[in-house]
Amino acid sequence: MASGPQSEFPGMPAAVCITGIAGNLGKALAKLLHGETRLIGIDRRPFREAPRDVEHHQLDIRKNKVDEVFRRARPEALIHLGIMHDPRMPRAEAHSFNVIGTHKILETCVRHGVKKVVVLSSANVYGPRPDNSNFLPEETPLMAAATYSDIADLVEVDIYAQSFVWRHPEIETVILRPVHIVGPTVKNAPSNYLRLSRPITVMGFDPMVQLIHVEDVCRALALALRPGPRGVYNVVGPGEVPLSAALSELGRRPIPVPAPLLRPLLARAFRSRLVSFPPDELDHIQYLCAVDGSRAERDLGWRPARSLRETIRSVLVPG
Amino acid sequence: MKPASPLLERMREWTFALAGPGAQERLSRLTQKARNEYGVDPYGFDLDYAIGAIAPFLWLYKKYFRVQLHGMENVPRSGRFLLVGNHSGQLPLDAAMLGVACLMEMDPPRAVRALVEKWVPTLPFVSTYYARLGQVVGTPENCRRLLRADEALMVFPEGVRGLNKPWSQRYQLQDFGPGFLRLALETDSPIVPVGVVGAEEQAPNLFNLAFVARLLSMPAFPITPTGLPFPLPTRYHLWFGEPMRFGGSADDEDAVLAAKVEEVRGAVRGLLQRGLAERQGVFT
Repeated sequence: MASGPQSEFPGMPAAVCITGIAGNLGKALAKLLHGETRLIGIDRRPFREAPRDVEHHQLDIRKNKVDEVFRRARPEALIHLGIMHDPRMPRAEAHSFNVIGTHKILETCVRHGVKKVVVLSSANVYGPRPDNSNFLPEETPLMAAATYSDIADLVEVDIYAQSFVWRHPEIETVILRPVHIVGPTVKNAPSNYLRLSRPITVMGFDPMVQLIHVEDVCRALALALRPGPRGVYNVVGPGEVPLSAALSELGRRPIPVPAPLLRPLLARAFRSRLVSFPPDELDHIQYLCAVDGSRAERDLGWRPARSLRETIRSVLVPG
Repeated sequence: MKPASPLLERMREWTFALAGPGAQERLSRLTQKARNEYGVDPYGFDLDYAIGAIAPFLWLYKKYFRVQLHGMENVPRSGRFLLVGNHSGQLPLDAAMLGVACLMEMDPPRAVRALVEKWVPTLPFVSTYYARLGQVVGTPENCRRLLRADEALMVFPEGVRGLNKPWSQRYQLQDFGPGFLRLALETDSPIVPVGVVGAEEQAPNLFNLAFVARLLSMPAFPITPTGLPFPLPTRYHLWFGEPMRFGGSADDEDAVLAAKVEEVRGAVRGLLQRGLAERQGVFT
């Protein structure tokens, strides 16, 4: 079912495969796209409450059976969300799933003549650093892994996807690097942090942060499916806000702790499982990691639909 | 709109009282193009906060350094430019005084951003304070972006070599790096030379405790007559020269740029010499 002329997403491929469809972002994406195109989902997890027209395969993306899915379902495009980011996961297993999984699924696309591949990366791959420019362009070196080893997988996936862009010119590969994703059901580190009633802040630091609503990320992924664009795109939400302003918008009462105290304390609390906030992620509430989204605005026609206030408040779970 | 703290409100009143009649109305004309519902621009510049936070600097400007302006009409009232001057005084109060002059004495006011060293964002409180005043880390990427958006930047090509130079080298311009000129060529920005007279005597650097500086990862640790870098009440004179425009490629070799850099350095030196010749005394 090709999209009609009134569609928000012109040039939508006739069938799209989504990996990681059973996650929070995947579900939101399925909800947005299921009327627009035929969807094939691949995820190790079951996809309950899936829209009826979504064909879901409960399957590990590293398995050879994925080939069979592609052979029968003939997707024209792939959206690869299947990157796991769980700081409590055994490193070797997460690494294999993320890196080998990405490798395998992209090679599957080559074999089955998929025309468009969209890989979800993150603006976190640049890493928060005191000497960062206020708005990092796509060419910035990916320095995140220098201090924060858990993000090394994502950096590796991103770089692998970049090499895929030029190794397979017959496929239009797009890498999206959205800023911190937030939303009512999103359970990543930034959303969880904003939900704390007494969040800890680094005393004397108040970096500008960029947030994007999960539904806006889905719209960006859908826009990336249109024929034409290829390469790396930062995706920014409705703008930048001081961390303190975001917290006061949510009525939070922060507890400022001096950095030299905070780091060892948090490391200890994380090790003893008192908190789920990895100590290295402190950099995100201390230093800048904001990106320049003008390339996506120009090439993808990207504009966020949610306002800054709506985006910040979206972490509040209704009811 | 965020609720303003009582302290900030009183600081703002202090600013308006020091600035005299018409200042509030003049500052209201400084519209921030990209200001969002939280009162900041994309770089974190918060005008309401800045007006309050500059009060102590405005006091220094009016009452302590008693700043006198010369050739202020040379500063463009609109569009991008680079303010290029000599740097001195151990504490970057010369930058603060130039910023205050452009914000408080021009109509319409101009918010000129200073570029800060890369270690500033690692400092608690200072990093936030500078960001709310509109200052950014001096990466080439930041500079290009701001100039292309027709903003004004303040550059001290001597850097900390100028700021922390010893007393014996006062008013001797150190080498100028070529970065600012590449930037001007790349973004087609005029350069406004400025000579700051007075700051060079505010805190004589008798000697530099280099090992303490290294220990604290600071650029220098000067010992001054007051023991601290706290400034003496010298009188500041800010001499603004005519805007200079350069042609040519930003990709030229350093040697090709050197002549143009020298031209700007010469202009600053000329302004300094004139300022030194015309002033009555260091403190008067």
